[in-house]
Amino acid sequence: MRDAFVRALLREMEKDSRVVLVTGDLGFGVLRPVKERFPDRLINAGIAEQSMVGLAAGLAMTGRRVVVYSIGNFPTLRPLEQIRNDCAYHALDVKIVCVGGGFVYGSLGMSHHATEDMAVMRAIPGITCFTPGDPAETEAAVPVMFATPGTCYLRLGRGNEPRAHEGEITGWVFPQAVRLRAGKDIALLSAGGILIELKRAAERLAEKGIEAEVVSFPCLKPIDRGTILDLARRYGDIITVEEHGITGGFGSAVCEVIAESGSGCRVHRLGLKDCFATEVGDQAYLRHRYGMDADAVAELAERLVRK
Amino acid sequence: MDSYEARVHSAFPDGKPDVRDPRVLAWLIRRNGLEMTHLSRGSHIGSIFSVAEIMAVLYSGVLNVRPEDPRWPERDRLILSKGHAGSAVYSALAETGFFPVEELKEHYANGSRLSGHVSHKGVPGVEVSTGALGHGLAIGAGLALGAAMDGKSWRTVVVLGDGECDEGAVWESALQAAQYGLDRLIAVVDYNHMQSLDFVDRTLRLEPFEAKWRDFGWRAESCDGHDTDALKAAFGRAWEGAGSGRPSVILAHTVKGKGVSFMENNILWHYRTPQGEEYEAALRELEAQRP
Repeated sequence: MRDAFVRALLREMEKDSRVVLVTGDLGFGVLRPVKERFPDRLINAGIAEQSMVGLAAGLAMTGRRVVVYSIGNFPTLRPLEQIRNDCAYHALDVKIVCVGGGFVYGSLGMSHHATEDMAVMRAIPGITCFTPGDPAETEAAVPVMFATPGTCYLRLGRGNEPRAHEGEITGWVFPQAVRLRAGKDIALLSAGGILIELKRAAERLAEKGIEAEVVSFPCLKPIDRGTILDLARRYGDIITVEEHGITGGFGSAVCEVIAESGSGCRVHRLGLKDCFATEVGDQAYLRHRYGMDADAVAELAERLVRK
Repeated sequence: MDSYEARVHSAFPDGKPDVRDPRVLAWLIRRNGLEMTHLSRGSHIGSIFSVAEIMAVLYSGVLNVRPEDPRWPERDRLILSKGHAGSAVYSALAETGFFPVEELKEHYANGSRLSGHVSHKGVPGVEVSTGALGHGLAIGAGLALGAAMDGKSWRTVVVLGDGECDEGAVWESALQAAQYGLDRLIAVVDYNHMQSLDFVDRTLRLEPFEAKWRDFGWRAESCDGHDTDALKAAFGRAWEGAGSGRPSVILAHTVKGKGVSFMENNILWHYRTPQGEEYEAALRELEAQRP
């Protein structure tokens, strides 16, 4: 996803000289092509995230389109008030980009687990939140984000992750959910890079004769209410999966839509259950340990279908 | 009953104060500040009074702005980072023609656009909404960097509080502004030596303050923040800093509550609102100082 983002960013910088990139002293290898091609439009704010975002706001006030790049919680939780007051309230064209949503930097420890960012960013008025599920969704979503006015949040996974979608996604219409697989027994929904686990779970379920529909939400806010309501009409149980806490994030967003609709559909949220991941482990290990990997998804889905 | 404007302006010849005179504008900022905090039962009068000459000097000629065209692209930008002195910006803008003086009576009022802390929403001439401390210098650095990248000559002025300099983000921005050589960025600290609960020296000491800024790579000077000639001269030197490759800071030594004897250097008047006999007494003192 990271590399898909950088490719899309370079295309945007090529197209529009107003696009500048502000980094919080991170992205060494990743941002090298930006540094080589657009040295005057790459600004290193140093390890100073609050002022990085304030600086981005000021730059945006001069008519620039500013991309702020950092990893984990550094571009969101640390400068949260600057995002809220300086960027969102002033409706500035600042795109906050996080590489490392969820457990990407798992073994680096709790500080590097971005597991509340979706809840927090979604709560701020005026921020459009993009949560692509794989490189193909990233390719589709990033140009849309650049075309979206105001402050946006882009939550990416890592570099070199497997693609969940077979081919490219063409003609993605904002903010629509993307169906990865059709089904009839249960629906599996996700936002962000955890999508691959849903795909694997659906494949395992298919071997057992269970057809799970898999739907990814590359846009967390505004959320595609129509698709959620359609799924709620067609299924008695929906499983949401997020590499994130279950409080306030994607699962909560789905619950809000379904609860307000009066539908009898039950939502089962997989994710961190109001806890920190305290064990040491890489992304795969922590996904498994905290019950959000293909095993956990398939196990729950099978139980629900056979109940 | 007289209009708000008449009440504040009536004693001037033809009811028209000469706001190009910074002493007149500073007096009006205090007079409006007293009236606005009185009417709204609002707070922060001590900070409004300490920053009065700074704002007056800026809006009586230092800043290149056009009241009739508030979004003129070549204008100088002002950010009041200590947003709690919002009344001082609102009255400087209203008195210099950005919007009607009469509207000042709606400060803090339900349904009005003049919030307690300064807001840009719908208020001509306000660049940035502030209120949470430590935000303004970063935004100012971004504006100045954008202007430098565009080869523009307009300046960005950021007015900070001394208590605000407790915020780490101020010093992050101080590093960035020096690193990027933003010599059209000018910070002014309203150095009234008091913050919310106590004197600065008894809270988080800033001295040697000028040396701190200089060590961060800034041009720094101190002046009497109530002496309009000294302020004008300091701004003149800061303006001439363009080309030096360094941002400028003016430490304007002021007195919290300046202009009303019982408010001066009295921590009570950070939050206390002027009502009853205290309002009357403050009004008498200000009227006696009218230029």
